[in-house]
Amino acid sequence: MKIHEYQGKEILREFGVPTPRGVACFSVEEAVAAAQQLGGKVWVVKAQIHAGGRGKGGGVKVAKSLDEVKLYAGQILGMHLITHQTGPEGQVVRRLLIEEGAQIAKEFYVGMVVDRGSQRVALLASSEGGMEIEEVAKHSPQKIRTVRIDPMTGLTEVEAAQTARAIGIPDAASADAVKVLQGLYRAFVDKDAMLAEINPLVLTADNRVLALDAKFNFDSNALYRHPEIVALRDLDEEDPAEIEASKFDLSYIQLDGDIGCLVNGAGLAMATMDIIKLYGGNPANFLDVGGGASKEKVTEAFKLMLKNPHLKAILVNIFGGIMKCDVIAEGVVAAAREVSLNVPLVVRLEGTNVELGKKILAESGLPIISGNDMADAAQKVVAAAKGAK
Amino acid sequence: MSILINKDTKVITQGMTGKVGQFHTFHCKQYANGANCFVAGVNPKKVGEQFEGIPVYASVRDAKQATGATVSVIYVPPAGAAAAIDEAVEAELDLVICITEGIPVHDMLKTRYKMQGKKTLLIGPNCPGLITPDEIKIGIMPGHIHKKGRIGVVSRSGTLTYEAVGQLTALGYGQSSCVGIGGDPINGLKHIDVMRLFNDDPETDAVIMVGEIGGSDEEECARWIRANMKKPVVGFIAGVTAPEGKRMGHAGAIISGGQGGANEKLAVMEECGIHITRNPAEMGRTMQKLLKG
Repeated sequence: MKIHEYQGKEILREFGVPTPRGVACFSVEEAVAAAQQLGGKVWVVKAQIHAGGRGKGGGVKVAKSLDEVKLYAGQILGMHLITHQTGPEGQVVRRLLIEEGAQIAKEFYVGMVVDRGSQRVALLASSEGGMEIEEVAKHSPQKIRTVRIDPMTGLTEVEAAQTARAIGIPDAASADAVKVLQGLYRAFVDKDAMLAEINPLVLTADNRVLALDAKFNFDSNALYRHPEIVALRDLDEEDPAEIEASKFDLSYIQLDGDIGCLVNGAGLAMATMDIIKLYGGNPANFLDVGGGASKEKVTEAFKLMLKNPHLKAILVNIFGGIMKCDVIAEGVVAAAREVSLNVPLVVRLEGTNVELGKKILAESGLPIISGNDMADAAQKVVAAAKGAK
Repeated sequence: MSILINKDTKVITQGMTGKVGQFHTFHCKQYANGANCFVAGVNPKKVGEQFEGIPVYASVRDAKQATGATVSVIYVPPAGAAAAIDEAVEAELDLVICITEGIPVHDMLKTRYKMQGKKTLLIGPNCPGLITPDEIKIGIMPGHIHKKGRIGVVSRSGTLTYEAVGQLTALGYGQSSCVGIGGDPINGLKHIDVMRLFNDDPETDAVIMVGEIGGSDEEECARWIRANMKKPVVGFIAGVTAPEGKRMGHAGAIISGGQGGANEKLAVMEECGIHITRNPAEMGRTMQKLLKG
């Protein structure tokens, strides 16, 4: 689960990481009032959306007067901010962060991830602040310093100080940098984060270290023990279809094709998308109904897929292991009736009670196309989608 | 022979008395020699009770002492599952299979840290388990699609493993053992570990390796195969069509920062001499072609 920059900075401050002072705003009036309250002569007006690359897309502006704060806040609020992470339609800006300006002497990158290879939390730090770490990794990997952190000791003071020195933070600011790195680690572990980034971390003209940005992604499996993180969720930033799916415990991701897929199991669901593409079609979604696909879940899954205006056909691919094919078949028939299905439906069933399942589909009177195996079903659904064009 | 488990393996079930545990314990006990294999359950609140004739003990240590079991399977809900693994590790079992899906990653980081230097092997979490056909099934896979034979199967996904097994069985090829290693980013045995076991197993002739997007375990396994594997390997990777930055169901199935893409994995695997197929319906036939020469 992702959160906004201003929320991330609140978490960082809680763990002793210094950030510029700032106020989250939802209107131009609030933005101007926030700037007045913060005082000073320079403010930064920052669009709050979950995607990165906001500066390049025109979502971050430096204002040198209250009039400019008003002007920029008006421009940014409500804009469709397009970045390399939003897709071509962009993301509507509904929130702003008004922050005091900082005298930047130098920019750095620090981030934390769960490193699969070492099975540790890894700290990544680089002198190349403001750039995407992926780009740095590609072009100058020697500029990234990695520390794999022992979970029993945590990030030690020595490790933190060495890291700070390695990326070029002067000794005069070392104590501050240690505070930032250790605070980031504690926040990462305490809040069950999967990813955290401060990019840029800046050194000010007077040798202070400040987090100028904050990005967090939390482990959704651990949200049950973090109601304070759940409270930060912004539904405006999420795909409505994916929100709807999560209510029914369905794993759903909208794609740009026209063939809906309903599958049990994440691996088989991905493989089903792949085989559709292989036979010349385009999957409209990833949809894993999970192990216990009840009639209700299958019905909700059909409703979700049918909301997609591009949908031309549906493929149901079920390998019923413990889940019985006759139960799935009944669910599919009931769902198809309830939602008055208006696109071709191809069903491939395999596993326990498969004959009974196929019989239920055949006797339903519904125009269901039966797929004998995964390849046959994929070819049939691709043909059906093309025929529907 | 087979890898990791056989008809003589004695198994403790942690979380046996819950709804999921009861359901799957029933089916595991029904399969092949299961009635002799599933010898104990663990639940400190139900000590002395029985389920399906299987006695319940207070702890893994008690269950091990009373029955001589060396393996455990875990159905404990996510919040307590990592602690259940810890308990099995402390009791010095040989192998723990954790079926539970949805364990917080930071819990698994701590558990894996504690496992360093311990003898216990872990399969999972978030996996279907493992099976040696006609001998023993430990986990949630449908037993009847399997057939005893000489092909090993290792996979990160549940139903996609069944798909591979189903194709093999339909073509008349049985399996030596099938191992689902699970879809989480922090887990126990990796492709490479299971591949080593298959390489050393005299009753395995060839292996199907099923991977998916995310991480670099398949690449590491592929490089090991190039240098060490004496047996042919067929490979498939799910997620060629998956978009970057989206978690595809499994916590571990995500392409991030351009890393972990299916095409990159397939390219490395092919380079390392693995017989890859891009068609998930062709895993069995690719193996058939290979074995028939």
